[in-house]
Amino acid sequence: MSLDWSWLRGNAGEIGLLLGQHAVLAVLPVLAAVLIALPLGLAVLRAGRAGAVVLAVLGLVHSIPALALLVALPLLLGTRMLDPLNVAVALTVYSVAVLVRSVADGLRSVPESVRESASAAGFSPFRRLVRVEVPLAMPVLFAGLRVVTVSNIALVSVAALVGSGALGQLIERGYRSQFSTPLVVGLVLSVALALLADAVLLLLHRGTLPWTRARRA
Amino acid sequence: MNVLSYLRNPANWSGSGEIPTLLLQHLAYTASAVLLAAVVAVPAGILIGRSGRRSTLVTGLSTGVRAIPSLGLLFLAVMLLGTGTANIVVVLAVLAVPPILTAVAAGVSGADREAVGAARAMGMTDLQVLARVQWPLALPLVVSGLRSATVQVVATATVAAFASGGGLGRLLTDGQQQDDYPQMFAGAVLVAGLAVVADLALGGLGWCATRRARPRSTPAAAPAFAPA
Repeated sequence: MSLDWSWLRGNAGEIGLLLGQHAVLAVLPVLAAVLIALPLGLAVLRAGRAGAVVLAVLGLVHSIPALALLVALPLLLGTRMLDPLNVAVALTVYSVAVLVRSVADGLRSVPESVRESASAAGFSPFRRLVRVEVPLAMPVLFAGLRVVTVSNIALVSVAALVGSGALGQLIERGYRSQFSTPLVVGLVLSVALALLADAVLLLLHRGTLPWTRARRA
Repeated sequence: MNVLSYLRNPANWSGSGEIPTLLLQHLAYTASAVLLAAVVAVPAGILIGRSGRRSTLVTGLSTGVRAIPSLGLLFLAVMLLGTGTANIVVVLAVLAVPPILTAVAAGVSGADREAVGAARAMGMTDLQVLARVQWPLALPLVVSGLRSATVQVVATATVAAFASGGGLGRLLTDGQQQDDYPQMFAGAVLVAGLAVVADLALGGLGWCATRRARPRSTPAAAPAFAPA
C-alpha cells in the first residue's frame, strides 16, 4: 500500500476544507456543552439523590452508539439526515453527558475547609463559587474536556456513513472506491487533529492553572 | 410514514426474520471481541499494574486509541485484510483492549497497600497476594473496564455492518439503500437498546463486585469512554 501523492496534491484544497469543517464540527459542541454542563453540574451536586439519578441517566445516554443517535435525531429535530446540525447536536449530547460528571466531581473535590475559609474571609456564596470553587475544580474539568474533545474529533468521522462527516467522507469515499490514499489521509489527519487538540488543552491547563504544575512535579 | 412500521411488523421478529438473526450476530461479534480483548488485556494489565510504572504509559495509550476514528481503522483493516468475520472481530477487539487494560492496571496497582502488606506478612507468595488480595480488590474496576469495552464494541460493531454486512448495523445499511427510514430507525432503536441493556447489566455486575470488595463503600464510577 503506498500513497498516491498526485491525488493528494490535486485535492489539497478540498482536504484543507474538510479538515477545517472537522475541527469546527467537533469543537463547537464542546463549547456548547461547557455552557450547559456548568449550571447542570452545579445543580446535580446541590440536588443530592435526584442529582445521582440525573448522572445515571446521562451515563446511559452516553452509552448510546453515535450511529443510532444520528439516525434517530432527525426525527426529533425535524432536520434532514445530511444536516451537519445532527452531528453537532449528537456530539453536544455526548459532551454534556461526560462534562456534567466532571463539573460535579470537580466541585465535590474542593475541601470543606477551603470553602469555610473563603466564607470566613468574607466571600459571598456566588463569589466563593466563581473565585474559589470553580478554579479549584478546573483540573478535573480539564481532564473531562480532553476526553470529550479527543473523542468528538474521532466521532465526527462516523457521521459520514449517514450524513456529513467531514474527514470521514474521505475515509468512506476511499473505502467505497477501494482507493487507500483518501482513507489513510482522512484517518491520519483525524488522529493528528485529535492529538493536537489534546496538546493544546494540556498547555492551556498548565498555563492557566500554574499551581497544578507545581504539585505534579 | 410511520417510523415504527418496521419494528411493529411481526414478520421481522419471527424465528427466521431479520431482527433475531441480526441481533444474535451482533451479540456474537460483541462477545467474541470482548472475550478476545480480555484474554490479552487482563494479563497485560496485571503486569503493568504490578510494575508500578502504569500512569504515563496507560494514559498515553488510552488517549491514543480514543483519537482513532473507529470508522477509519475498521475500513482500513477490511480493505487490507478482507471482509471476513474474524478480521472484524480482531479490529473490534483491538479497540476494546485499552479500556480493559487501563482498568485492570489501575485496579491492581491501586489495591489497598495495607491489605497487600498484611497478606505478605502472613506469608503469602506473590501469586497468592495477587489471586486472593489484589485481584478481588481490583474486580470492581475490572468490571467497569469490561463495561466500557462492551459498550464501545456494541457501537463499533454497528459500524462494521457498513464494511461486512453483519449485525444490527445491517438494518441501517439496508434501510439506507432502500430509502426505508423505518428500517433504519428500527436499527437505531435496537442498537441503542442493546447498548443500554449491556451497560445496565455490567453496571449491576460491577455493583455486586464492589459490594464484595468493599462491603461498606459506594460503587466506583465507571470511567468515561467514548462511544463510536
